[in-house]
Amino acid sequence: MTCDEAKILLHALLDNELDAGHAREVEAHIAGCPGCAAEFAAQREMQRVLAETNLRYTAPASLRSRIEASLPQRQQPSRRSVLRGFAMGSAVSALAASGVVAVVLRQDDQQRILSEVVSAHLRSLQAGHLIDVVSTDQHTVKPWFNGKLDVAPPVIDLTAQGFTLVGGRLDYIDARAIGAVVYKRRQHVINLFVSQTSNAEYRAPKTETMQGFNCRRWGNRGLNFWAVSDIGADELAEFVDKFEAAMKANVEG
Amino acid sequence: MPANDDLEKAQRFREAALPYLDDVYTLARYLLRDASDAEDAVQECYLRALKHFDSYRGPAMKPWLFAILRNVCNAEYARRAHRHSAIEDTPDAAEQTPMWQETEASPETEVLRSRDAGAIRKLIDALAEPFKETFVLREINNLSYREIAETIGAPVGTVMSRLARARAMLRAAWMAEEEHSK
Repeated sequence: MTCDEAKILLHALLDNELDAGHAREVEAHIAGCPGCAAEFAAQREMQRVLAETNLRYTAPASLRSRIEASLPQRQQPSRRSVLRGFAMGSAVSALAASGVVAVVLRQDDQQRILSEVVSAHLRSLQAGHLIDVVSTDQHTVKPWFNGKLDVAPPVIDLTAQGFTLVGGRLDYIDARAIGAVVYKRRQHVINLFVSQTSNAEYRAPKTETMQGFNCRRWGNRGLNFWAVSDIGADELAEFVDKFEAAMKANVEG
Repeated sequence: MPANDDLEKAQRFREAALPYLDDVYTLARYLLRDASDAEDAVQECYLRALKHFDSYRGPAMKPWLFAILRNVCNAEYARRAHRHSAIEDTPDAAEQTPMWQETEASPETEVLRSRDAGAIRKLIDALAEPFKETFVLREINNLSYREIAETIGAPVGTVMSRLARARAMLRAAWMAEEEHSK
């Protein structure tokens, strides 16, 4: 075996790609050739360093959501009527009539989901990940969600109440695409995640803290809400109160 | 409302292809060296993959997805033609880079210092095509030589020589940088 051959084959030896016969030949050459032995040692060393380093990338959640959303979705007519019900502000009656079957979150999953919600919030803060549709106009953001999700999240402008609507985004929680409506309070981002639930009962807001973020979770009108932000718990509670008040006004109006 | 066949196909596709999303995205990041171009390419890759899923016969999903991604990236290279050359265009200079330059030094002096991932990614990014592609498929995406050959549509011998050259170039660049930083 020549050195030229060995210097190619030693990589196959490193990668365990050689059959026993060829492996022996390359090893024999390396044993008798200091140049190839040095090259082999150096390449083995480099491979070791590379293996110890994480050189992979993780696909952004928004990309996963976009791909998910582009696949044919199972859609039930009843859900679509719920969706339209929201658009027309008559969600309560539509929900009562439809007996929606949808995302059921088990109690023991709540903690895991909280951590996913906080992770999604963190990801959203990375440059370029916050918003898929940029608009301070609820009439632009709301239609953008239609057809992308099983249920379109309610989009309410709270600018007058001190929380500016900045846009919407598809995100990925508990292995499914859900909507996130994005608000800002001064320079602080609030992500409001919304998913459908079969439980139409009202569940009072509850604040939890994880990794330094406040997360206020509640359920109403067959939807689960998670508001996540680094603003204080009291301000976040204020946000949720204003949001609920505006929702109530919308539904009744 | 989509037909049941479509839903069933979408479900099979989801289970077969989505687990490799990070792999496909990783390859796209190295090939395109741009996060947002990589996202677009990966999305296009999955769209095409779903479209051709009926003709997929296996056995390995990963090389199949990579081969599709590669076609998407080649289209992107063509769009950027004034800046980059396509994977197929082998740069002459890179072909002529000697495969080994530093072999005379003793192994003791050759130990590479561990570097942070960002620095190593930069060195890999700087490798010329088609060597980088082969290197990433092997070292980061963990494909076998045969799977790489299948992905890039070249004989295993080509895979082996490109890999040897890629590693020699990477090591030379790495050592040059360490030399520089001393």
